[in-house]
Amino acid sequence: MAETLTTTMGATDDVQLAPPSKVGDRIFKWLAMVMGLSVGALIVIVGFTLWRGASMSVHHFGTGFLTGSKWDPVQEVFGALPFIYGTLVSSLVALVIAVPLSIATAVFLTELAPPRVRQPLVSVIEMLSAVPSVVFGLWGIFVLISWLRVHLFPWLQKLFGFLPLFQGPNYGVSMLAAGIIIAIMILPIITSVSREILRSVPDLQREAAYGLGATRWEVTRIAVLSYAKRGLFGAVVLGLGRALGETMAVTMLIGNRPEISTSLLAPGYTLASVIANEFSEATTDLYLSALFEIALVLLGVTILTNILAQLLIASTAGPKTSRAIQ
Amino acid sequence: MNASLTVTQSKREGAAVKTKESQSLPLTRPATPGGKETTSRGTPVSEVAFEVDSLSCWFGQHQAVQDLSLQIPAKAVTAIIGPSGCGKSTFLRSLNRMHELVRGSRLRGQIRLFGENIYGPRIDPTLIRRRVGMVFQKSNPFPTMSIRENVTVGLRLNGVRNHIALEERMEKALRMAALWEEVNEHLDRPGTSLSGGQQQRLCIARALAVQPDVLLMDEPASALDPIATTKIEELIQELKKDYTIVIVTHNMQQAARCSDYTAFFYMGRLIEYDKTDKVFTNPSNKQTEDYVTGRFG
Repeated sequence: MAETLTTTMGATDDVQLAPPSKVGDRIFKWLAMVMGLSVGALIVIVGFTLWRGASMSVHHFGTGFLTGSKWDPVQEVFGALPFIYGTLVSSLVALVIAVPLSIATAVFLTELAPPRVRQPLVSVIEMLSAVPSVVFGLWGIFVLISWLRVHLFPWLQKLFGFLPLFQGPNYGVSMLAAGIIIAIMILPIITSVSREILRSVPDLQREAAYGLGATRWEVTRIAVLSYAKRGLFGAVVLGLGRALGETMAVTMLIGNRPEISTSLLAPGYTLASVIANEFSEATTDLYLSALFEIALVLLGVTILTNILAQLLIASTAGPKTSRAIQ
Repeated sequence: MNASLTVTQSKREGAAVKTKESQSLPLTRPATPGGKETTSRGTPVSEVAFEVDSLSCWFGQHQAVQDLSLQIPAKAVTAIIGPSGCGKSTFLRSLNRMHELVRGSRLRGQIRLFGENIYGPRIDPTLIRRRVGMVFQKSNPFPTMSIRENVTVGLRLNGVRNHIALEERMEKALRMAALWEEVNEHLDRPGTSLSGGQQQRLCIARALAVQPDVLLMDEPASALDPIATTKIEELIQELKKDYTIVIVTHNMQQAARCSDYTAFFYMGRLIEYDKTDKVFTNPSNKQTEDYVTGRFG
């Protein structure tokens, strides 16, 4: 054995090692850089195009575009306030429903669930995020809406009818219906990001709490949740970003009426759904330009919420995790 | 070949230790060198804090602690030394029921704390952990809490709400941890704003605030610079007047400097356990001698 080894060693002694090739390294570096930069360029191009498309509307309406509540394509009066309102309210409703559910699920998955429950549950949640928006929309129209109209909404009106939030006629299609469907759709992202965040809490923190005689819930509260607080907030903001831009299912369930109503049972409209509904009907230049301006507002808001979310998540989980989430 | 030799050797010596224990456990003798500090306060070392009876611990299939029996005296410092992976941390964590928090861990045997079986059927592990505090290798103050909140968190978990009582206990704990003078001006700063050594003393204060019977320390100074280490060691000398301390350490000088009794662990077994002076100057076991003189480990 030892002899064969020496002979092989002897043979390899003659092999000359080539100097490292600089060319491949340089090509690789440039290629990677160009690819990387092209992603950034894409966003700039999209933003610029939207800005150019919107310029006519911007000049025509000024800030009145954002504060006007009348949307009348026939008279060419365009005010985006009902859409801004609808987008914000439907997203907030979604967050109110989705946040407690997602964070509780994430806590269950990281702190409590035994491995044989955890793995299947994680898969199911990931599958939920793979369901196309339009499928949720269709299910929403034929199953969710009728159930809401017949069961949940009358019950809400009976119990909380004194609140302006639950007054008015009950059509089924409504801000609340849209909020519920958005909640289902943002649940996976908030859950999986929260889970990453909770997993990044050092075990040493948990042990510190256990060592003081904390119960499981106390450990979760003082060592895990409070440590992860900012990152969890980031996960919620990331979910908000998704909720704001959610289009298809919302368009199918929100009722598409550009009105501002205090009731969650009333139909509404969102920035995303007005674009989806009306771009093909926008026959005049000003109409099209108004839709472009709506897209610009939506892009601005979603990019800002995303940046905020990334910063918050990175502040707890470190840049590694926040990049892995993307 | 070599490995199997060591195993048989340690097995044989493990048995030898056992017979020795029954005759001349260091604790059964009247307090001599190690007990001096305590005798001066009028309480001779006679009380036993922990009685460990044929303890074995596993992680899955791996047995980390093998059939280990010893007694740990109250109000004294007992050091546990041994090379990495000898089971000393696992043993320490079995004393406050932290071992079972690791998934797949198992344990057999009995541990009595002042006569009470801490693995008894009706014992709540959280209550044991309140009586047996722990300080970890790396300081781990809660980063979202101020210095004040870090010290009082254990009390608040125990339902203490009285503001004055909390403040009193906090000051007392910080004084005991020799940290009060350094932090009393800025108790509302985050615990993580302190230096490494201060953070470790903050963790000691946090453990002391709930007034445990025992303080377990898992290599408390291994991440600290020499000056901070000295402070921790001085602190241990102060604390043993009131507390039973069990310290795991890699640093043999540290064990020699600050402990009264030393247990040498090797491959999950107790090889030698005696007064610290005896272990370091005249060990009765060849392996112990090799280890304390730095020939292996």
